Formats: sequence, structure tokens, C-alpha cells
Amino acid sequence: MAEMLEVSGITKRFGGLVAVNNVSFSVREKEILSVIGPNGAGKSTLFKLISSFLRPTTGEVRLKGERISGLAPHIAARRGVVRTFQETTIFKNMSVRDNVIIAHHLRSKASLFGFFLGTGTAKADEAAFGQSADEILTLLGLSSLAHEIARNLPHGHLRALGIAIGLATNPSILLLDEPFAGMNHEETMRMVEMVRRLRERGLTILLVEHDMPAVMKISDRLVVLNFGQKIAEGTPSEIQANEKVIEAYLGSEDEAIGL
Amino acid sequence: MKLNRNTRIAAVVAFLAIVFITVPAAISASGRFDLYYTLTSVALLSIASAGVWLTFYIGRINIGQGAYALMGGYVSAILVMNHGWSFWLTLPVAGLFCAAASVLIGLPILRLRGVYFAMVTLVLTEVARLLALALPITNGAKGIVSIPLPGALSVFGITLIPDFATLQNSRLAFYLLAVTLMVVCFAIMYRLVNSRIGKLCQSLQQNEELASSIGVNIANLRVIAYAVSSFFGGVSGAIFAAISQSIYPSSFTVTDSVNFMLNCFLGGLGYVFGPMLGTLVLYFGWDLLFQTGQFQLLIYSGLMIVLMLVLPNGLLSLAETTRKKG
Repeated sequence: MAEMLEVSGITKRFGGLVAVNNVSFSVREKEILSVIGPNGAGKSTLFKLISSFLRPTTGEVRLKGERISGLAPHIAARRGVVRTFQETTIFKNMSVRDNVIIAHHLRSKASLFGFFLGTGTAKADEAAFGQSADEILTLLGLSSLAHEIARNLPHGHLRALGIAIGLATNPSILLLDEPFAGMNHEETMRMVEMVRRLRERGLTILLVEHDMPAVMKISDRLVVLNFGQKIAEGTPSEIQANEKVIEAYLGSEDEAIGL
Repeated sequence: MKLNRNTRIAAVVAFLAIVFITVPAAISASGRFDLYYTLTSVALLSIASAGVWLTFYIGRINIGQGAYALMGGYVSAILVMNHGWSFWLTLPVAGLFCAAASVLIGLPILRLRGVYFAMVTLVLTEVARLLALALPITNGAKGIVSIPLPGALSVFGITLIPDFATLQNSRLAFYLLAVTLMVVCFAIMYRLVNSRIGKLCQSLQQNEELASSIGVNIANLRVIAYAVSSFFGGVSGAIFAAISQSIYPSSFTVTDSVNFMLNCFLGGLGYVFGPMLGTLVLYFGWDLLFQTGQFQLLIYSGLMIVLMLVLPNGLLSLAETTRKKG
């Protein structure tokens, strides 16, 4: 399997705090890789570094061999690295369908001026976006809500809409930021199904997550962070047996209280 | 607001008939020729307000349109007086000059959001006034006076617009000029907002981070919207200078900048024709309250506060709720 994304020796310092310390790993094509770790382990920072929302202090991120770290977020998106957001980051006053249509921005062939004049290319773009948006909404089970104003959606559907927006950009790799956070078991299972379906469509997925059962179920491989450092990497069964990981999650034996 | 195609065409035709035929006919019948000046002002102010509205549409509170109106007025006046340019040529040049200036100013300040951007733009108007006082080319506090009326506009020997100085009724001519530009301006705005560009602007307004994550060059789009906004400000300022045949540092002040913003609020930030209605109501409302003498400002501001509380989405939101009920 070819390598899609390569993170090499990436470090991020905020003043004296080292949030991410010399982390390296790679994501293979059509793989689902999860980054896990206790609170404050540096997952979110790493996520922002990969999606170019933050600039690394040292180290770099490469997509298909091309350096993408240090670019502006919209350029990284153009290269094919697209992220979703935690919580409810959507265009809340647009309809669900419009949210997805607008996210087709990167696929437009017409220029802004072309859209203003309503040229043939622009009209063709609009038609193609509408069609593709409908397909994506169907895929994620949102088609019955297409004309609802986005802010009225229930929690689980909002998360799906976030993914729909990401999908519309036609990414090479989709970064999911805590896709299962705040979901009950049933919703989580539905989301797991959804993410699997995306991979079947040929997408590479990197996700940052808390929910251990879901992560173990869904991931091909995992990367475990603690205090900004990578402490383990491997398949779910390897990670579950890894002592360092157990220590990080359960805490080491504490002699002071006699454990 | 989505009307069907026929209703929209009918509305446009009716509007054009009113501003180009009914209003001039009514004015000449009643003999109230001063109304030409008032309505010309409304048309020009609504162009500048439309610009402000566009910056609202990308999620920025713009209290600096006065600066660009002043700049446009000076550019046109200086080109006419010192360089002998035709007014008609200075009109687009003034707009483009303001747009170019707004790109330079906008690149750093558009990174700011909310009240911070608003404060900086508020200062812009004051900076423009002080610059006009200080620069040698603007002739300081004395301003530029006795600007000739617009000359004839001929293309390939065909006179499209006659020399305003030879006209018996230059007020009517200015009215028609202002209203024509207003129609063009709002047609452009309508098209902008209803094309994909409008959706992109909305995406900026609603969530800039998400917009950039889907590949929208947010910095670029913000500057484009701001440049269009300032272009409108400059054009409207240039015509004001031509009508009053003069321009002073105090021709556009912070009060004007605030009024441009209020026009948008009053008409409705969600409606592209909001600034036009807002300007009309605000301008005439202020004049009507003139009879209340010393209480004019008090009543005026009281009414504004009440309106914003009762109709936070502007006057045009009334039309929408009525339609939903009906």
C-alpha cells in the first residue's frame, strides 16, 4: 500500500510548552488511522498541524510526497487534505443542501467573475454541484433534511453534515475531529458504518478520537500520543496489549497511595 | 425572498417606471423642484450604503464608507480642476482609485473581526478628513470650489449626454444620472448576491474557519468584497462633488459613515434592496421630523432604537412575514 500522508518529526511549541514533540507516522492509502491519547496529549494540536491550521515549529507533513505543512488552510484543502470540525461548525443559516453545494468550491471550473456573469461553465458547475450534493446527502442519510436550515438539525445529523461538507471538497484524505464525541451507542454505531462506507469509496481517513470502543472497531491502525509524544503505533490488538498505552490511560502504579 | 420570474420582472418594470417617469412627472406637475435634489441625494447615498451592506454581507461592520466617498469626491474634483479631465472619465477613475486604496487598507484590517474592525473603519473616516486638511493637493480647509458642471459625453461623435451647463434643468439631469447609477449599482448587487459569490460571502459571514477548510481563499474574497464596496463609495462621492460643485474635508464625516451603516440596518441586512429602502426612509424621516425642532434628534434616535428592537432584521423583513401569513 502506498503512503498517502507522511508526518515526519513534527514539533509544535507554544512559548515554553511543547504541545507536540517530534511525532512521526504515516497514513497509507485507503486506510483508517486513528490518533488517540488522554486529554491534553496534543491530539488537537497535531490535527491542526496536519490540516495546516497551525504551522509546525519543526518537522513537516507531506501528502503524496509533496510538502503541505506551512501552507494556508485553503491551499492545503486544494491539495487534498480536508478537515472536519468538532461540535457544530457548519454554515448554520444556510439550508443543508446549500451547505454541501458551497463546499464544492474547489471543484469549480468557472472563475468568480464567470459566476457573476452566469457563463456556460458557471451554469454547468452549478448543475454538477447540485447533483453531487444530492448524492452525498443520500450517502450520509441526509436527503430527507436537504431543505432544512442547518441550525435546526439534531446533533447526530449535524456531525454527518460536517462530514458531507468535507466530502464535497473531494479530498484525498479526510481528517475527522472527534466524530463520535457526545454520541450515544446507537449514533456511534451509525457513524462507524458511515466512516466505513467512505473508505469503501476510496477515501483515506485520519481521525482523532476519545471513544475507545468505537476507535478499536473502526481503525486499521492507531497512533497513541501522551504528553505530546508518540508512545505507540500499531493495530488495535497490538495497542490493546501495549503496556505503555495502558499506563498512559490508567496511570502508572502509584506507590504513594500504596497501590 | 424568492419571487417567481414574472413577478420579479413586473416589479423591476414598475420600479423603473416610477423612478424614471412617475417621479419626474409628479415633480414637474407639483412644481416642487427641490425634491429633485433630495431624491438625487437619496439615490447617491443608497449607492454608498449598498457598498456598506456588502461588507456586512461578509460579516464585517463597516463604519468607514465616508472615507471613500470623500476620497472619490477629491479624486474627481482634482482631476477635473487640475488636469482638465472630463467628469465622465473621472467617475470610474474615482471609483477605481477608491477600490485600489481599499485593497491596500483592507489587506491588513480585514483580518480583524467584529468590533475591532468596526473601530478601525470608524477611524478611517477621521483620517481621511485630516488628510484632506493636510495634503497640499486638496487645498486644505478651503476645499476645492467652483468645479464646473459635467460637460458633454460623446462617443464616436455621438453625444450621449449633453453638457449639463447648457441644460435648463440640470437638477433633472443629475436626478436621472443618480437614479440610473443607483439602478445599475443594485442590479450588480442583486446579481452578486444571487450568484455563487453571494453564497461564498455568506459562508464567510457564518464561519470563516470552515470556509477556509473547504478551500475558499477567505482573505482574497474579503478584499474583493471590500473593494467593490469602496468603489461604490467613491463613485457616489464623485457625483456629490459634481452636484455641489465643491468638496471640503467636512463633506463626508463620521456622521455620514454612521448613517450609511444605519441605512443598511434599517432596510435589513439580509435583503439586497435593504440599503435603498433604508436610505429613503431615513432621509425623509429626518426631514419630516424637522418640524419638531429641538426634539428632532431625540425623537429620531428614539424611533431608531425602537425599530431595531421591534424589527431587528430591518423594514424588509415586514414584507416577508406578511407574505408568509398570506
